Amino acid sequence: MKQLKQTLITLLTLFFLSASNLYSDNVKIGTEGAYPPWNAKDASGKLVGFEVDLAMELCKIMKHNCTLVEQDWDGMIPALQSGKFDAIMAGMSITDERKQKINFSQGYADEVASFAVLKGSNIKPKTPKSISLSDIDSNDQKTLAALKDAFEGKIVGVQSGTIHQNFLKSGLIGKVNVWTYKTQDEVNLDLASGRIDAGLAAAVAFEDYNAKAGSKLKLVGPTFSGGTFGNGVGVGIRKADSGLLSDFNSAIDTARQKGIIKKLAIKHFGFDASM
Amino acid sequence: MKPLIDNFPDLLKSALLTLELTIFSILIGLLIGLIFSLMRISKIKILYFFSYYYSFVFRGTPLFVQIFIIYFGLAQLEFIRDSILWAVLKKPYWCAIIAFALNTGAYTSEIFRSGFEKIDKNLVEAANSLGLSNLKTFLTITLPIAIKRSLPAYGNEMILMLKGTSLASTVTLLDLTGTAKYIISTHFNPVEVFIFVGSIYLFFTFLIHTFIKYLERKFRYY
Amino acid sequence: MELLSFGDTGWGDELFKATFMTILVALVAFFFGFLISIFIVPLKLSNKKLLNYLGNTYTTIFRGVPELLVIYLLFFGGSSAVMFVAKIFGYKEFIEINAFLTGSISIGLISGAYTTEVLRGAIESINKGQFEGAKSLGLKKTTYYVFVIAPQVLRLSIPNLSNVWQLTLKDTALISVTGLVEIMRQSYIASGVTRNPLLFYSFAAFLYLILTTISLKYFNQLEKKYNHQP
Repeated sequence: MKQLKQTLITLLTLFFLSASNLYSDNVKIGTEGAYPPWNAKDASGKLVGFEVDLAMELCKIMKHNCTLVEQDWDGMIPALQSGKFDAIMAGMSITDERKQKINFSQGYADEVASFAVLKGSNIKPKTPKSISLSDIDSNDQKTLAALKDAFEGKIVGVQSGTIHQNFLKSGLIGKVNVWTYKTQDEVNLDLASGRIDAGLAAAVAFEDYNAKAGSKLKLVGPTFSGGTFGNGVGVGIRKADSGLLSDFNSAIDTARQKGIIKKLAIKHFGFDASM
Repeated sequence: MKPLIDNFPDLLKSALLTLELTIFSILIGLLIGLIFSLMRISKIKILYFFSYYYSFVFRGTPLFVQIFIIYFGLAQLEFIRDSILWAVLKKPYWCAIIAFALNTGAYTSEIFRSGFEKIDKNLVEAANSLGLSNLKTFLTITLPIAIKRSLPAYGNEMILMLKGTSLASTVTLLDLTGTAKYIISTHFNPVEVFIFVGSIYLFFTFLIHTFIKYLERKFRYY
Repeated sequence: MELLSFGDTGWGDELFKATFMTILVALVAFFFGFLISIFIVPLKLSNKKLLNYLGNTYTTIFRGVPELLVIYLLFFGGSSAVMFVAKIFGYKEFIEINAFLTGSISIGLISGAYTTEVLRGAIESINKGQFEGAKSLGLKKTTYYVFVIAPQVLRLSIPNLSNVWQLTLKDTALISVTGLVEIMRQSYIASGVTRNPLLFYSFAAFLYLILTTISLKYFNQLEKKYNHQP
């Protein structure tokens, strides 16, 4: 019996040691790997995309060793806070709501959101090309009213825990039937099969899908920014890590001056989305 | 506790959805199970093999894979989307019920099959010699005995199905598990949500237990 | 078919690796569950009410609550729970509970609850007269349990343990929600990238079918080997 106890204690110790993962100079960056063209995976299982390339460039400038860590979107902020990684680069928009939990670096890229429908859909809201929700004037009110008419009672798919879900839940465009998905890939699949009437996500996410799947979708309505949509995409960092935050901020400055962000944006998005 | 109180109406709605999914799947699965178990004991080869492979495939693969094949896989086929089936398969609710019912149907068919197979042949012959028709023998003797013998195993299967309905949350439905996950990922309070939602599941398990006990008493003379 | 090929253009090699991950996590969970059951079965068979109560609470919870809920509990709360314990011992660095551990612990806890019931049932079915016999031979209680009861219990439990194994193997698919790259997760990624869910989920089903069929054959052989004399 004594021996059994001894063995068990040894096993438990080993178990905890193998589970522990000590900090080092190494900066771990969390990304989703399922939100092309921001971050995705290729057929060999490797992480690719705008943020994957940018992360490597920023780390070079900061002279840090970096590793990318894959993390599902729904556990992204908890994983940062529990210390699984030290920074988030996952197409995460800088919003007031998220700022209550974590810090953000300055924005490195601009993201606008848009609705998408299947080609031939009868959802055709007549609106200006873009809308900013930062301060809503009477013109914006008209745009929102037009969207309200177009999407009333319609099923709109979004990835759960995103600014897109928050926008639909805010009630600014009335009562929409919101379906939530684990990944954007699932939204695209259900949009293409006609199961849902529309999707709401980053405009480039739908454009990327169209480029790969043969232009099945069409963007409708205005592109959204500001307000619940936040202001650009930045690096998410724990509130306590002010050193890492300023490292990232100055690295983004350098990368911008050298034109690295612009080059990568054109490579992955097809246009200059740097900011 | 606040997130739980704030989300209480949603939790209540999702508990009803879980109950609804469980009951529908079990009822349809019962019918499927009964039919397929009879096919399994029939002497017609093609019926036997069909039933055998149905049960083999659905018991040999995870329910998670099955529900994704039905929800995402079938939606990929154009002829399905153009057919009348799409009216049903378009809805996550029905995709979930179809997957659950087919899955529990496979297990149920095995439970009933072994219930039928254990029945003493002499008993059936005795009933026939008393002048009972085949159908009457089946309905008044074979079936009740098979049901009685299957009850304990069937009770376990009902509980497994209750737990299985949590997979509805993977196809956009907000059942108990889906709502629980939503609350956990927004408020980061896994323990209290687990205790609260877990207790609701345990209460449902208790209901199933009580129901099976009641049936066992009803069938005690067989 | 090219999508399932090995190499950089296909997903064959990834799925192959993922299959091994499924087997590995299922084995770890099953044996972890078995280990737990060795501690819980005595509680359930004990004459003391409190111990009984503890054992029953464990089996009731983990057989009655959905697997996904248990996984979410450990996935979202696992690291903080371990950190909490570690801090008591003065350890302040981050301890990562990775997807593999989260998965094997949660599925293991569930598997253990079923194994407990199987072993308990087998022990209760063993003839009580044997105990008297062992006593009269002057065997110690531990010796008796390890050398007389345990082999019989294992032999009697083979068919039911086979069921628990199948359940555990299939439950591992649920771990995919934590990001562990096993069969289900790899198929999920592949179908997302290629937009071909039907192919990849059907292939996943095929892989699981192979695994369950092979393990069933193996357990049947075990049963034949040890149960040839009734």
